[in-house]
Amino acid sequence: MAVPKTLGIETEFGIVHRGVADPNPITASSLLINAYLSRRAEPGAGPGAPRVGWDFIDETPGVDARGFAHMSGLVPEIETHLVNAVLTNGARYYVDHAHPELSTPECADALSVVRYDRAAELILIESMEAANEILPEDQELVVYKNNSDGKGNSYGCHENYLMDRATPFWRIVQHATTHFVTRQIFTGAGKVGSEAPWKTLDEVPFQLTQRADFFEEEVGLETTLKRPIVNTRDEPHADPLLYRRLHVIVGDANLCEVATFLKVGTTAIVLAMVEDDFLDPRLTVVDPVRALQAVSWDTGLAEPLLLGDGRTATALDLQWELLEASQKYLLQRGTAAVGGVVAEQVVGRWESVLASLEARPEHLLGVVDWITKRHLLEGFRARHGLEPDDVRLAALDLQYHDLRPERSLFARLAAETLVDPRDARTAMDQPPDDTRAFFRGRCLQRWPGSVIAANWDSMVFEVGSESLRRVPMMEPTRGTREHVGTLIDECDTVVELLERLAT
Amino acid sequence: MVEREHKQRGTGERTEGETSEVAAIPASSDGSHRLKEELDDLLDEIDEVLESNAEEFVKNYIQKGGE
Repeated sequence: MAVPKTLGIETEFGIVHRGVADPNPITASSLLINAYLSRRAEPGAGPGAPRVGWDFIDETPGVDARGFAHMSGLVPEIETHLVNAVLTNGARYYVDHAHPELSTPECADALSVVRYDRAAELILIESMEAANEILPEDQELVVYKNNSDGKGNSYGCHENYLMDRATPFWRIVQHATTHFVTRQIFTGAGKVGSEAPWKTLDEVPFQLTQRADFFEEEVGLETTLKRPIVNTRDEPHADPLLYRRLHVIVGDANLCEVATFLKVGTTAIVLAMVEDDFLDPRLTVVDPVRALQAVSWDTGLAEPLLLGDGRTATALDLQWELLEASQKYLLQRGTAAVGGVVAEQVVGRWESVLASLEARPEHLLGVVDWITKRHLLEGFRARHGLEPDDVRLAALDLQYHDLRPERSLFARLAAETLVDPRDARTAMDQPPDDTRAFFRGRCLQRWPGSVIAANWDSMVFEVGSESLRRVPMMEPTRGTREHVGTLIDECDTVVELLERLAT
Repeated sequence: MVEREHKQRGTGERTEGETSEVAAIPASSDGSHRLKEELDDLLDEIDEVLESNAEEFVKNYIQKGGE
């Protein structure tokens, strides 16, 4: 049965250190994050980022959802020595391999995800400002919210959805794959050219997504090599008998708020339908890796995809089918598991965006990233009479994602917003009310000196001079403001909090 | 082809579906209006802020290691 879709996004950002001969991205990422943490830890800076480290005790990224015992060569390394902080909004901000990465706190609906994704951008912007104050005049750190360097290197924007452990994994693979292949028509962030070695710029001058070129498998545990459309990392960060966490690695990082909203909102509903076995079992795509790329490479949205039962359909056709199933699902089963009234907003907006994609894509400027970026590229190319391989087009593509407010091309567009900028700013420091992130964030605000470490499903407090207490948080929907808000407010000390939690 | 039940759609406007009537977020936006009408102004701005040495910028944008 569909469980409440607790969800979140983890974004790896591109980083450039200008003004140095031999830039080291790990050093640059560490400097960026430490500069932010230091600034926020200054007296009077407000409740932003006490220096609390991440707790790795429960991290098991090598466990496979299909039940395999993992081989050591496949297990992602956990880099415990690099900067890794927990913020008072419940987020995790850290160096992952060679990138700064920010995981939003657990959210209860798609609109909340958009708010915390916006807050993440503001945190990265403030980090750049703080770092550049420290660096010599002729150096600068610049952060990009994209997923490819245009040279065959990709970095991720991963989504996470809480799911019912009882749902057979093969059913998730079957139906989620259909959505992942076809949702690209509104989730794509757009890219000049292709990084698939056999595709020329003549064949693919522009495509829907940043990521599709990099996928080689239907299902698998990897995230950096032979990337799979459905990732099997089985690390629920919650009660493993009740839940799994679907770790989705196939998406692009979006700048358009509506795109982020639909990316997570539609996926949450599709996954709830998978849990309730509500979808037509014929809704499967043959050779999904080829289909993923064919959809991304076809800006005309006309590519016919072969379905499991021998029919053909376009990505748009299949999205209409998924939308209609979702509308029926919400009517019959209600919205409780998929974000309440926000789920109705998702479905309403999903419908209007599909209609626009079909007839008037120009209505989606500032709504869908690939259409917005293509509009700018085409205008720029026509104005300057550029050839398709002109490097200025590739530069424009990159700079669309530049997060510096004065340089970002996206920021100049007055794109549609769903979140009040003041709410996004508040979300830099304040956790969401309606998930366990509230408990994590509020405890960090109240007792930063007593929190020794935290992770997704527990916190470690110091009580007295030598004693540590771990508080498990295995249920993502508990620890909300409703559950513990008053309790935390009433307690003066951590000792008192732990005593009252135990009774 | 998949049987389509939504042939009346495709006007670019939201149709009044039963679920989408409730609390739908408006489909049109000032943003898309500005983007269409003011492309020339935007292109002027892009000319001003685009990295001055595009070749060097693109060449040096290398991101190894991730995920």
